[in-house]
Amino acid sequence: MKKYVSAPVRKRDAMALVTGQPVYTADIAPAGCLVVKLLRSPHASALIKNIRTDAAKRLPGIACVLTWQDVPAARFTQAGQTYPEASPYDRLILDQRIRCEGDPVAIVAGESEQAVDAALRLIKVEYEVLTPLLDFTQALDNPILVHPEEDFKALCDVGADNKRNLCASGVNQEGDVEAELAGCDIVIDQVYNTLANNQTMMETFRTFTRLDAFGRLEVTSSTQVPFHVRRILSNALEIPKSRIRVIKPRIGGGFGAKQSAVSEVFPAIVTLKTGRPAMIVYTRAESMTNGSPRHQMQMHVRLGADRQGNIRAIDLHTLSNAGAYGEHGPTTVGLTGHKSIPLYGAARAFRFAWDVVYTNTMSGGAYRGYGATQGIYAVETAVNELAARLGMDPIQLRLQNLVRQGQTMPAYYGELLQSCTLDQCLERAAEMIGWKEKYPARRLENGHIRSVGVAMAMQGSAISGVDVGGARIRLNDGGEYLLSIGATDMGTGCDTILAQMAADCLDCELERIAVHGVDTDTSPYDCGSYASSTTYLTGMAVVKACEELREKILAQGADMLGIDPDAARLDGEGVTSLADGRRVSLAEIGYASLSGRYGSLQAEVSHTSPVSPPPFMAGIAEIDLDPETGEVKMTDYAAVVDCGTVVNANLARVQTEGGIVQGIGMTLTENIQYTDKGRMMNNSLMQYKIPTRLDAGKIRVEFISSYEPTGPFGAKSIGELVINTPAPAITHAVYNATGLQFRSLPITPEQIALGLAHKEKA
Amino acid sequence: MEIQLTLNGRPCAAEIRPDERLYDLVRAQGCASVKCGCETSNCGLCTVWLDGQPVLSCSVLAARANGRSVTTLEGLQAEAAEFGAFLADEGAEQCGFCSPGFVMTVLAMVRQLENPTEEEIQQYLAGNLCRCSGYQGQLRAIKKYLAAKAAQKKEEARP
Repeated sequence: MKKYVSAPVRKRDAMALVTGQPVYTADIAPAGCLVVKLLRSPHASALIKNIRTDAAKRLPGIACVLTWQDVPAARFTQAGQTYPEASPYDRLILDQRIRCEGDPVAIVAGESEQAVDAALRLIKVEYEVLTPLLDFTQALDNPILVHPEEDFKALCDVGADNKRNLCASGVNQEGDVEAELAGCDIVIDQVYNTLANNQTMMETFRTFTRLDAFGRLEVTSSTQVPFHVRRILSNALEIPKSRIRVIKPRIGGGFGAKQSAVSEVFPAIVTLKTGRPAMIVYTRAESMTNGSPRHQMQMHVRLGADRQGNIRAIDLHTLSNAGAYGEHGPTTVGLTGHKSIPLYGAARAFRFAWDVVYTNTMSGGAYRGYGATQGIYAVETAVNELAARLGMDPIQLRLQNLVRQGQTMPAYYGELLQSCTLDQCLERAAEMIGWKEKYPARRLENGHIRSVGVAMAMQGSAISGVDVGGARIRLNDGGEYLLSIGATDMGTGCDTILAQMAADCLDCELERIAVHGVDTDTSPYDCGSYASSTTYLTGMAVVKACEELREKILAQGADMLGIDPDAARLDGEGVTSLADGRRVSLAEIGYASLSGRYGSLQAEVSHTSPVSPPPFMAGIAEIDLDPETGEVKMTDYAAVVDCGTVVNANLARVQTEGGIVQGIGMTLTENIQYTDKGRMMNNSLMQYKIPTRLDAGKIRVEFISSYEPTGPFGAKSIGELVINTPAPAITHAVYNATGLQFRSLPITPEQIALGLAHKEKA
Repeated sequence: MEIQLTLNGRPCAAEIRPDERLYDLVRAQGCASVKCGCETSNCGLCTVWLDGQPVLSCSVLAARANGRSVTTLEGLQAEAAEFGAFLADEGAEQCGFCSPGFVMTVLAMVRQLENPTEEEIQQYLAGNLCRCSGYQGQLRAIKKYLAAKAAQKKEEARP
């Protein structure tokens, strides 16, 4: 029988997508949807003194205009997270207090975009403009409070204190860091800065809502977390969860942005108020200023080693800018330490402390890498600085200190590392790029400098003991299967790879497995697609459900043959009597299962994992740097990944290539800046420069698979891991080309050219 | 105002506002393949052909289509499937939201450039952004598609 796991199987929705079929949220919205738009605040901090909507309401074609006086007073979070939710309940649908530029002031719904635009212009708002708190390094205990309200609520103990602008804080340590550092020959003691980054998925946030025949609220949304959206809407609108149904169609990218319910509440409240279908489509500018981007962070690293390059201790303090609201604030920060420090298994002690603070800038959220990206940038850059101080090859330094299979990782929840080829990944990446010949740099005839830089990375696979993956598989009466999942394919291809796993478990052709997801009324519960959980967690749910179903099919098939299940064998086509070769086909078994004698043949499994096995990778960047202009061009990128078993060779490779290019953008061009009034200056793709195909360079990806015993077919995760190496690797390459050590992202041509000019002067 | 145009090979009359974009017009005519990604002419998602030339429909007034021919992916289904299969075989469509605009530009390139070099391909498509794929798989797909087409041509030229 043909096997599908590890094969480069085409995505099952691919041909519909490449031929432009109408499968996304806005393509399938019912005719007559009210157009919903938001009046947004031009101020970063203000109180609404007065708001007049009478003229707007009188305009023909306007169905409703809502202000803070018209919405429930229950605070909620947009963050899509599992119980106990870590993100504080700190937001209202519309609030009298404005906490960042673009905070919604009014919701307008009407028959046409023109009518709604006209109505938006007729709303008169009187603001009391307040001084915004914009510098997150000054936020803790600042006299300006972002959340002075009394009904601010943290659901679990994350160290939140709104009277100190604190969204979360904490500390985690093992061993005596101070004593170890005191005994070190060399201590790298530096501060690293990263800006917010926008996911810029090509499909902006969008949702349509309507009431069904039973008066329930039906929500179709471009979301990664349908089940969490149902709860969030229930909290925000104060209606029972049972009255809400959430449907996920095809999704035009998410990268974590859609792990928050950014757009859902607005059409939902319009539909509840008017009884009419309603749709909101965010503009790119709205997605930029009021989406759910990567948190801006400042990381203080102290990295200690002896003269021989043995890393003894790592001390990391991360300050994270939650922005105006706390979505994913308490959790992203955790990964800055938990997914960087464990890379160095040889260290004897570590300390990881964090503070997450509120400011009047845009609210952060979940973006691929989820804090690990920032933490790995800081720690890996510090390790490269250590190599330079030691005069040691940075790859040799890493091989001497990196974590290895069989080790227990104190900074990673004490987990035992059961699968890891990181050392081989690093050696192979060095070979691919030609490290020995190319490190550190060489000057070309045209005056440009070619240099290389290296970094390693890890991530998790689902959140241990928290995330839940669900799968249900049914044998239909035609002998085919229906696999229902609650995980959300957002272009990543999980609908395909989960079907690959099911086909192998059931020994059948892939075409025999139909996949359905996601509809909260019919899909098995799944926390959704985030935290690199789908392949690892939902995949295991699929494997278990298939095993259960196989037993049921065998039992019924044997009964139909009048024999004991022990005397029968199930293959991909049917059940056979071992004694005499008589058989019943799957179609016959499926058909008979619909009779009173048997009953539906299906199995549903909810799976959670006590561990979150980390995938690993090594990335080496080669750049071409023009010392005249400071311009950095990517020329080559060698990436070697250990994601456990590769489930789909094509999709894993494309995930890697795509993640690396996003990382390149973060490192070199994606630059969110604010005016001194707190208005974002880079709210379009004209000003926020994501890489084009001319900026990506050549990327080469290889896999060195380990086998993860707790994962389906030995698989771990890949989706997030792959964004983590470019920032430290390119920073390192720039250092190797110029001797300039940058500790803030992005690194712009101006900074490089000026840095070189200063150096020359000196 | 009313305009007359040819949309995907068929005559089409439409009542439009003076400020209506070509993007709004083709979507209203049922061409849902056409997507809007940025509103600032940066992403290429809304690419359609105007008299055979690729244009950004978010930045062209619908009135400009009067008396002219507009083509969207709905009018190029066979070719879209032919090239799209190469994209699908690389897994490079990923979320697929940028695919229609990207495919429109690739099919225009194939008509305009003979045996394009890798650099010419990258330059021609520089205005089509993709956030998922990292562009590598798209390039592999184009190269394989061009090679297959060249082989096909050679085969057809055989006596």
